[in-house]
Amino acid sequence: MAGNTFIPADTREKVISIRGLYKSFGDNQVLRGIDLDLYKGENVVVLGRSGTGKSVLIKIIAGLLLPDEGQVNVLGMEVEKLNAKELRTLRLKLGFSFQNSALYDSMTVGENLKFPLVQNSKHLSQSQVDKAVAAVLDAVGLSGTTNQMPSELSGGQRKRIGIARTLILQPEIMLYDEPTAGLDPITSIEINKLINEVQEKYHTSSIIITHDLACAKSTGDRLAMMMEGRFIREGSFAEVFASNDKRIKSFYDYNFIQ
Amino acid sequence: MSVQHAFSFAFRFFGEVTRPPFHFKEVVRQCYNIGYKSLPLISLTGFITGLVFTKQSRPSLADFGATSWLPSLVSIAIMRALAPLVTALICSGKAGSNIGAELGSMKVTEQIDAMEVSAINPYKFLVVTRVLAITLMLPLLTFYSAFVGLMGSFLDINAHEQTSFITFFENAFSTISFLDYFTSLVKALVFGFTIGIVSSYKGFHASKGTMGVGIAANSAVVTSMFLVFIEEITIVQISNFLRGS
Repeated sequence: MAGNTFIPADTREKVISIRGLYKSFGDNQVLRGIDLDLYKGENVVVLGRSGTGKSVLIKIIAGLLLPDEGQVNVLGMEVEKLNAKELRTLRLKLGFSFQNSALYDSMTVGENLKFPLVQNSKHLSQSQVDKAVAAVLDAVGLSGTTNQMPSELSGGQRKRIGIARTLILQPEIMLYDEPTAGLDPITSIEINKLINEVQEKYHTSSIIITHDLACAKSTGDRLAMMMEGRFIREGSFAEVFASNDKRIKSFYDYNFIQ
Repeated sequence: MSVQHAFSFAFRFFGEVTRPPFHFKEVVRQCYNIGYKSLPLISLTGFITGLVFTKQSRPSLADFGATSWLPSLVSIAIMRALAPLVTALICSGKAGSNIGAELGSMKVTEQIDAMEVSAINPYKFLVVTRVLAITLMLPLLTFYSAFVGLMGSFLDINAHEQTSFITFFENAFSTISFLDYFTSLVKALVFGFTIGIVSSYKGFHASKGTMGVGIAANSAVVTSMFLVFIEEITIVQISNFLRGS
C-alpha cells in the first residue's frame, strides 16, 4: 500500500469516500491528507496511537467538525457542503458510538433510547416506541435496564446502551470511537462480539476507531494504520502486521506487552 | 469566543424559536425548574427586601413627620427598581449557574455532540427551551417578588402605624402608574432573556473538562449580573425620558 492512501480497487458500493482530507487546530496539523473508502457491509478499523487524529476523522465524517481541505462523501452527500437540515437527514443514517458513551445522565436508560426516536419520528405511538426500545435493548443484551440511570451502569453496559441508542434509528453506517477503551479484556471481547452482531443483524457498514489490537483483529474486515495524521499501511490484519515498518512493529509489540 | 460569535448565538434564538419542532414539554419542565423551584428563595428575598427597606426608610420620613408616605415610597421603590433587579440577580445566581453548569457538563461529556449526531438540534432543545422558560418566568417571579415585598413592608407599617391592609394597598398602588408596571415587565423580560442566553452560551462553549464546567457556571453568573446592571441603567434612563423627568 502506497503512502497515505487507502483506496482498494473494488466495484462494491461505496458508502463513504474521503479524498485529500486535512484538518488542523491552530498550529497542530492533525490530519495530513487522508483518503479512505468504506464499502457497503464492511467493517474498516482505523488503528493507531492516541492523538494521531482518528477521532477527528470520524467527527468530520459525522459533520461535527469541518475539514480544512478535502472532500467527505457519505451516502452520496458531500458532508462539508450540507446545510443544517440536510446534515440532520444524513445523520439519521449514521450511528455514532462515543468513546465515553455520552449517555444523557439526567435520563433513564429507557428515556435515553426513546429520546432520539421520539424527536425524529413524531408519528410513532407509545407502544411502537416501547417495542423499538425493547428490541434494541435485547440486541445489546441489556433487557430489563430500562428504568436504570446511566450512573448505575458499568462501563461495558454504558457502551452497550450507547450503541443501542444509535441502533434505534436503524443507521446504515456505524462509527465507533474507541469502543473498548477503558474496559477489561472480557468486556472488550463482548463489545467486539456485539459490533460483529450489529453488522450482521442490522446490515451496517462501520468505521471502528481503536488502538486495541484485539478489537481490530476481531471486528475489522480491513485495517488502516494511522500515524501522525496519515495512513501508513492498509490491508487485512495479517497484511498490516507483516510489514517491516518499525513504527508498526513497535505498535504491535507495545500492544502485545500491554 | 468573540463578541460577534456571542451575538450570533443570541440572534439565532429568534430564528429557531419560531420554527418547528416545538418542544412544549421541555419548556414546561424548564418553567417548573426555573420558576417554581425559585419560589422559596424569591419569597424570602422579596419579603426581607420590603421589610428592611421600610425599616430603613422610616427614621428619615419620621424626621419630616411623613411616615404616612411609606406605602407609596416602598411601592415605587419595589415596583420600579427592587423587584426586577433583585429577582434578576437571584435568578442569575440560581438558574443561570444551573444552566451554565448543566450545559457545560453536557458539552464536556459529549452529550451535546450525541444530540447532534442523533439528528436532534441541540440549540433548539437545550437553549431555546431554557431561554424561553426563564424569559417567561422572570416577569411572573418579579411581580410575585413585588407582592411579597409589599407584604413585608405592610407587616412593619401595620406594627408601627396600625395601618389597615386595605389602606396600605390603596396608598401603595395609588402612586404606581401604568408605565411603572410596563417598565418592570420590560425589565424582567430583558433580564430573563439575557440570563438565559448568557448562561446557555457559557455552558454550550465550555471546554477543559470538569474545570470548564465550573468556569462556565461562574462565568454565566458574573456575566449575567454585569449585563443585568447595564440593562437596568439603560432601561431606567429610557423610562425616565418617557416619564419626562
